[in-house]
Amino acid sequence: MSTEQVRAPQRPTVSRTQPEGVVTETPASPAVLQADDLHVYYGEFLAVKDVDLDVPPHEIVAMIGPSGCGKSTVLRCLNRMNDLIEGCRVTGAVRYHGIDLYQPAVNPVEVRRRIGMVFQKPNPFPKSIYENIVFGPRISGMPKAGFEELVETSLRKAALWDEVKDRLKSSALGLSGGQQQRLCIARAIASNPDVLLMDEPCSALDPIATGRIEDLMHELKADYTIVIVTHNMQQAARVSDKTAFFTVEVNPDSDRRTGVLVEYDDTEKIFSAPADQRTENYVTGRFG
Amino acid sequence: MTDITIVDHPALTIGDLRGSRKRLARERRVKLFLMGAAMTSVLISVLIVVSLVTEAGRFLSSADLGSLWTSGWFPREGFFDIKTLVVATLMVTGIAIVVAFPIGFASAVYLAEYASARSRRIIKPVLETLAGIPSVVLGFFALTWISPNVVQRLNPDAPLSNLFAAGLGVAILTIPLVASVSEDAMSSVPNALREASAGLGARRMTTSLRIVVPAAVSGLVAAAILAISRAIGETMVVLIAGGADQAQFTASPFQPSLTMTAAMASLAGGSDAVVGQGNAYQSLFFVGFLLFLITLGLNVAATRIVRRVRQKY
Repeated sequence: MSTEQVRAPQRPTVSRTQPEGVVTETPASPAVLQADDLHVYYGEFLAVKDVDLDVPPHEIVAMIGPSGCGKSTVLRCLNRMNDLIEGCRVTGAVRYHGIDLYQPAVNPVEVRRRIGMVFQKPNPFPKSIYENIVFGPRISGMPKAGFEELVETSLRKAALWDEVKDRLKSSALGLSGGQQQRLCIARAIASNPDVLLMDEPCSALDPIATGRIEDLMHELKADYTIVIVTHNMQQAARVSDKTAFFTVEVNPDSDRRTGVLVEYDDTEKIFSAPADQRTENYVTGRFG
Repeated sequence: MTDITIVDHPALTIGDLRGSRKRLARERRVKLFLMGAAMTSVLISVLIVVSLVTEAGRFLSSADLGSLWTSGWFPREGFFDIKTLVVATLMVTGIAIVVAFPIGFASAVYLAEYASARSRRIIKPVLETLAGIPSVVLGFFALTWISPNVVQRLNPDAPLSNLFAAGLGVAILTIPLVASVSEDAMSSVPNALREASAGLGARRMTTSLRIVVPAAVSGLVAAAILAISRAIGETMVVLIAGGADQAQFTASPFQPSLTMTAAMASLAGGSDAVVGQGNAYQSLFFVGFLLFLITLGLNVAATRIVRRVRQKY
């Protein structure tokens, strides 16, 4: 512990210019993920601007804000899912353990194997429960011998094992919405990621299923770092250690709406003593 | 003071709830009309089957059954070798699908999974235009271009009319069908599944082959069956490029021969219908009945396969 405290002030500042085209790594940063001056464009349209955000290991970071504020867009930059959207362009940097994910040498496929994702709507494959879990391990070439055990541990971690252990070979689409979402979490875990990104994982679920997923997130924190986008402020307050509040700025000339990160701090502080008036308006329910 | 008028409600009778008789009658007429429209196609199908069966039966009862298994298809001389037609049909269909399936499915995967929205907007209509080329045009293309430039290069001894050229011509007709129907099937797979797959670190090829194709399999089988039916049923191309009128039995695709459809077209177009020498004209119906059985079998098989391998999403 004390060594960390000594080391912290010596953290090198990240240089934005990279002379001689060297791949710079800044290993001393404790952040697992770090957005640095991130701007996202869809075509010519600036969707989100000026995002600076550090995600510390084994913490849950919540991103909240009104619709259209770009929180999902930012989340999808963290594992380069935005690459799938035609016309999406990113400037600035997203560093994963110090490595900029947007440098040309990085293959997004490798990024997504390490930074898993759970989506808003449960999206199990139309295959058996078992096949859903082993899809990631299979495509990354993990030995089949460990699959049985992997399925069990992943489902246990996602608190789904007891409900489905007798029907692993039946279709995942026969599960309830909450079970499907936990299956999607189990599926993400099975690839042994280091970070889990969750894009409003409970928005399609009832309150009981939501409660189970939230409990689950607390348990998963021990093994993973989690970034969650949520519409639900109470949820952010309940589950997260740090909260980022985003809002929308309307450009008076073009009437275009651009998301901005207003404030990023410990969750407690965001909800009790926010530094920015806009944050306060939002969390107290006066806006949004 | 305002006037308050009290509306006196008369007692409710069944007449009030029965509704307008005129509307009811119209509703019934509309239903009858719609049903009639639906029944027309059923009726036509039944009539076709009935005429096929009766004429085919007439042919079989008048023909010497030994003439159905000889050395070639010479209907005017009384030789009705069915295997000549069936083997030629199988060869043409086989060549067509061996060429059309890989190209058609690969273009579908490209269009549905790889192409940008812009190139899809350009390429798909072009493909569908290809599907709209009249088969008689393609028949001449097969005879005058494919045959000398492709087939006779592969086998210099091949005559200008040959089954291989016909098969390639039919392939060109079926490629857009395979591509278009399978592209529709793959495009209707929800994007959520692609995202889930990509989120687990799947490459585009992995997502296409392991997620999208299995999810779209019923549509892909439908595309395959449609293409096979089309290839079996195609007439003009094989008639022009593959040979006409009569044929010696051959198992070589580099020889001219007659497919079932080409044999039928030759008979129907010729003077046999009017003159009616022997039972040549009736043999048309017999071949037609066989063709009908084959396509029916294919459709039944397809439905079974689709039911077995279908994935719901």
